Amino acid sequence: MTNPNNATNTSVHSAEFISGHALSIPTLRVLKDDGTLYDGATAPELDKATALKMYDTMVFTRVLDERMLAAQRQGRISFYMQCLGEEAAIIGSAGALDDEDMIMAQYREQGALRYRGFTLEQFMNQLFSNEKDLGKGRQMPVHYGSKALHYMTVSSPLGTQIPQASGYAYAQKLRGKDNLTLCYFGEGAASEGDFHAGLNMAAVHKAPVLFFCRNNGYAISTPANEQFLGDGIACRGVGYGIKAIRVDGADILAVYQATKMAREQALAEKEPILIESMAYRLGAHSSSDDPSGYRSKEEEELWRKNDPISRFRLWLINQGWLDDASDTEQTTALRQEILDALKVAEKVAKPGIEHMISDVYAEPTELLQQQLKELKAHIKKYPDAYPVTAGRID
Amino acid sequence: MAKMNMLQAINNALDLAMEKDDGVVCFGEDVGHFGGVFRATSKLQEKYGKARCFNTPLTEQGIAGFANGMAAQGMKPVAEIQFADYIFPAFDQIVNESAKFRYRSGDEFNVGGLVFRTPYGGGIAGGHYHSQSPEAYFAHTPGLKVVVPRDPYQAKGLLLASINSPDPVIFFEPKRLYRASVGEVPEEYYELPIGKAEVVQEGTDLTLLAWGAQMEIVQKAADMAEKDGISCEIIDLRSILPWDVETVAQSVLKTGRLVINHEAPLTGGFAGEVAATIQQRCFLHLESPIERVCGLDVPYPLALEKEYIADHLKTYEAIVRSINF
Repeated sequence: MTNPNNATNTSVHSAEFISGHALSIPTLRVLKDDGTLYDGATAPELDKATALKMYDTMVFTRVLDERMLAAQRQGRISFYMQCLGEEAAIIGSAGALDDEDMIMAQYREQGALRYRGFTLEQFMNQLFSNEKDLGKGRQMPVHYGSKALHYMTVSSPLGTQIPQASGYAYAQKLRGKDNLTLCYFGEGAASEGDFHAGLNMAAVHKAPVLFFCRNNGYAISTPANEQFLGDGIACRGVGYGIKAIRVDGADILAVYQATKMAREQALAEKEPILIESMAYRLGAHSSSDDPSGYRSKEEEELWRKNDPISRFRLWLINQGWLDDASDTEQTTALRQEILDALKVAEKVAKPGIEHMISDVYAEPTELLQQQLKELKAHIKKYPDAYPVTAGRID
Repeated sequence: MAKMNMLQAINNALDLAMEKDDGVVCFGEDVGHFGGVFRATSKLQEKYGKARCFNTPLTEQGIAGFANGMAAQGMKPVAEIQFADYIFPAFDQIVNESAKFRYRSGDEFNVGGLVFRTPYGGGIAGGHYHSQSPEAYFAHTPGLKVVVPRDPYQAKGLLLASINSPDPVIFFEPKRLYRASVGEVPEEYYELPIGKAEVVQEGTDLTLLAWGAQMEIVQKAADMAEKDGISCEIIDLRSILPWDVETVAQSVLKTGRLVINHEAPLTGGFAGEVAATIQQRCFLHLESPIERVCGLDVPYPLALEKEYIADHLKTYEAIVRSINF
């Protein structure tokens, strides 16, 4: 008999409902808070250089976030988003990729971009929307992107990158590439229609994409228990016929191991895999948000102890790969370096008026050229009203 | 009367509507306990309970579809879309469902009482994903009503009328004015008419038409023009759909000149519709071509926001061009 419904066809003769929680997915944990391994856990194969690069990137991300949030508070940049509490999830997963794997981020994954080699100057240029910004000063701070680093430019609308990642990965497969796409999103974004569409498309068309869900407990103010009732996000992968794994997102060894294995399988089998990282968004959603309106300081303090960086640091010290004293010196130097870069970037000019119409199309239309011409004439007439561009119009 | 900013006036309207009719329910992303990211629904969950004011999962498509279902059942859902820039996943539910519910069923079913509240517009360093003015997309959809208030008094009266409307309404709130616009607002329940423009300043030489946050801007331009001896009649369109042809036409028949201002890009913007209709109604009375002062035909910029905006200086220049034609 054929199976037109493409579903299990065994029979029962009394009505039986499967519980929505029939599946309970365990969490992979490798590294304990004290920097030692859980019994029965094995550390992933990780050489010293890679481990230290991951660690440096975590520290960089933490310090950058501190400084830039402070800069936002001082009114020097308009907006900021921290990665605080999720550094292991981001950098552990990015570290498990090949440099030419595509990364499609949501917006809190600056650590992955740094891991790929985005320079401090490049970060600053984007944050200050200046003329050296790769995105030509068009997007709010933290909407980074770099073609050279295989990091898709961030888009604010939530979840839109998920089906795009499926398509990108499918194209990588058709092109015969030995690379895949990793797509980050939050547990809140997983409520968007694009999540469901994206997973199903990837499953049906066997796209080598790693869906990396950062379940961090909150979507702005909305706690995960008002976001969904199922067993986290990982269980949904099963619903779409996609392999899934849940990892402790504050445990960089677990994240690295899971992502590394998922990558190998996804490429070998040409299939998508869903990874759910369990962590806590320790900072506010963004600089526009104030968590005191929806969660307690006590709750935050409890989670602050679950610090992904200190856990990894202890492991590195145990390995004899890191010396605590030099670590502190490095952080102090980094703070200064960031401040210096900030001071440079904030003085760089904003993009010129010609970028008002560039990139809307490959070539500006006649109408756009006409509009620019009229705008320039207008600015010349009222230079004081448009100080950003007035002095630079031919 | 009480002094309120626009957010307080909206909050007050929702409070009164929920008190008056237990079919009024407010929901959306972060709308519950937190009171919305702009706090428009502040304290409503506390007062009316979680069943009537609640957080939804993060899905605009879901919010809109859910609202359609509730309204079809006879309740009055007031659904918040956090930013108008994020309304597009809900486009199908709004354009194909809300707008056509009554029509496609021969009035067997309708979604009257359904209101989508959503902050729109720029001037807040939001770049292209926190600044758009998408009213024209919806103005192209028969079956919807599209309303944009300019100040706290208007916001309260128009929102209450929207909730009481027999047809679905998209209520665009100018977020730049949320806290910036403060005024006297009656504490009691009142409605302002949907589909009626308002002449906010009488004048004789030229008609200046805008809506929402641009009203402040055109007022500033009119003040500049007045120093040149030009008398502007200023009209707030208030409803984009249906729009008040009569009030605008009567004004233009008197002044012979029309300048329309909106934040959204020029091409395909609602000013085009107004211009076409008014040139037909007032052709022989027009002294100069109808001027449109709008955003450029580009996505809303960040670093070049000031240059992009249809500001008072560009509006003033259009007024002068129109007069000197």
